[in-house]
Amino acid sequence: MPHPLPAAVVAEKNAASPLLEVENVKKYFPIRGGLFRRPAGAIRAVDGVSFTLRAGETFGLVGESGSGKSTLGRLIVRLHDPTDGTIRFRGADIGRLKPAQFRPYRKHIQMIFQDPYASLNPRMTVGALIEEPLMLHTDLGKKERRDEVRRLLAIVGLPPDAANRYPHEFSGGQRQRIGIARAISIRPSLVIADEPVSALDVSIQAQIINLMMDLQEAFGLTYLFIAHDLSVVKHISDRVGVLYLGHLVELADKKSLFTDPLHPYTQALLAAVPVPDPKRRRERILLSGEIPSAVRPPSGCVFHPRCPKAMDVCRSVRPPLREVGPGHAVACHLLDVQRASNTA
Amino acid sequence: MEPLLSVRNLTTMFTSGRRAARAVDGVDLDIFSGETLALVGESGSGKSVTSLSILRLIPDPPGKIVAGEIRFEGRDLLSLSEREMNRIRGRRIAMIFQEPMTALNPVFTIGEQLVEAVRVHRSMRRSEAERLAATWLERVGIGRPEAMLRAYPHQLSGGQRQRVMIAMAMINEPALLIADEPTTALDVTIQAQILDLMRELKRRTNTALLLITHDLGVVAEMADRVAVMYAGQIVEEAPAERLFDDPRHPYTRGLIRSMPRLDDDRPRLEPIPGTVPPAHAFPPGCRFAPRCPFRTEACAAMPALRPFGRPEDGHRVRCHLAETLPVEPAAAASNG
Repeated sequence: MPHPLPAAVVAEKNAASPLLEVENVKKYFPIRGGLFRRPAGAIRAVDGVSFTLRAGETFGLVGESGSGKSTLGRLIVRLHDPTDGTIRFRGADIGRLKPAQFRPYRKHIQMIFQDPYASLNPRMTVGALIEEPLMLHTDLGKKERRDEVRRLLAIVGLPPDAANRYPHEFSGGQRQRIGIARAISIRPSLVIADEPVSALDVSIQAQIINLMMDLQEAFGLTYLFIAHDLSVVKHISDRVGVLYLGHLVELADKKSLFTDPLHPYTQALLAAVPVPDPKRRRERILLSGEIPSAVRPPSGCVFHPRCPKAMDVCRSVRPPLREVGPGHAVACHLLDVQRASNTA
Repeated sequence: MEPLLSVRNLTTMFTSGRRAARAVDGVDLDIFSGETLALVGESGSGKSVTSLSILRLIPDPPGKIVAGEIRFEGRDLLSLSEREMNRIRGRRIAMIFQEPMTALNPVFTIGEQLVEAVRVHRSMRRSEAERLAATWLERVGIGRPEAMLRAYPHQLSGGQRQRVMIAMAMINEPALLIADEPTTALDVTIQAQILDLMRELKRRTNTALLLITHDLGVVAEMADRVAVMYAGQIVEEAPAERLFDDPRHPYTRGLIRSMPRLDDDRPRLEPIPGTVPPAHAFPPGCRFAPRCPFRTEACAAMPALRPFGRPEDGHRVRCHLAETLPVEPAAAASNG
């Protein structure tokens, strides 16, 4: 049975409810090994993550390699099936829909990739590439679509004659503009942007970030902005979630997270970012070791082997993500210690 | 003091079909013993081609060093035979890359490769070279070095490979280490470890470092002096603090202003409009002029790289307007 298109109706009914709810989502990738390719364990890419996106906000998801940030993005656009947990878009459970059932939602959830070149068919003109989603998801006639393509090119800052050229004729920044034009062509409400500027030069990076911010304002977009670069995430996000080895370790509004980071991993991550000011060269808290394997994640708190403040309890008990202030949640046992010492 | 490496008018061309491009066009550089010079630029600036030219590792064809002089420890590298050059590479000048797998051979153990790196250049018994290899693995922060000697590159994490590559580059205690984006592919916590390691090794060995990077944060952490490249040319050069305090080339300013940073709260970034021109289509006159907010008619003529302020300040700028550019308002809000 095809799912009804819930967009407008549900949105009205749940105006105050979140646009997207991710609840205890897990994604394990099975590893097969040996002669008969029997299951031999699993990569726990995402291991019980919950957060919500409010309409119109930018939620930044930061993490290093292996944190599961890209897998999360791909789960939301249904490029992966979750192993467990629910993903609700405007109240409707979309986590397990088959491709055909998900189709009505695709119009509302679009993705921008790190390497737009890899996601653009090199044999299609830029005009055809931008027109494609309009053909799939709208009733516009041929002429209307052409007009719309011209309009979109102007919106993302490309010349009108770009429509007749091919992706390889464009620079990295311009290709990202093409990818963005495609993504916004059908007026989605949610855009998942997975490292959209990390392959670009700094001067171009700023152009694309500004463009994304302008488009958000013009079209009321909600962004899930996935990136490893904390400076970029700080600049564009309203709220930020920090992922480590498949777990959300801290979640807060931008200001709290960057001025008052509570999780030792967030603190170390912020301290590791080089500041472009030679007068502020400083000795840092260096995080020792590397991110462990997600096949055999550490017991207890997954961060404990690298944590400068690890206690006994951290080795055995996984700390839940708990609210410690308005909109600020942390998964760390240290908070109990601090609370105990505050009340004592 | 005599510079360790002195590059003059280095010009490297690439030809493809009928197209010829000066990827590096008249670059002058000096590096002194023990100092860190950062060569900064975006893609297409010519920074990597400059470093490969210094080591004479430009594939010919399509590339060719067509002019210039590269003096290193009193000799012009461009006049040496390939045999003589091989005695310098890996011994007096070593290089590390963004992707360590380009430098590590997948079919040999880490130990075999380190021992080979030593014995190619020095007459040393195998057992002695092995001991040296283990010492260097320890110095670059690898625990249980004996086990690592028997490991193959694919068994290592990205951070470990980078450490091994640094050990391999440093094991002969070169006078100059060229590092091309050494931490770009690494996570930020691992990057911090590797930058720390490179600083520590420099303190111990007095090796000069030519650090090629696009990341101004890394520059600020590591560099004594900075040279900024744009479209095949050096457009500004200064001691690190001075470059960040009082950038005098509009491109340097643009770079600094366009980057988001943790210590600022500007609501909007200030990008540089347009794109870097490809090497076969550099504009005439000042190559940055088409993107420059300050351009005037004077910019139709190519500006020379000339001293700004007192010559002993070591500040050089390739801009007709270097003296008239308004003072940068409080280093782009960094004091907030």
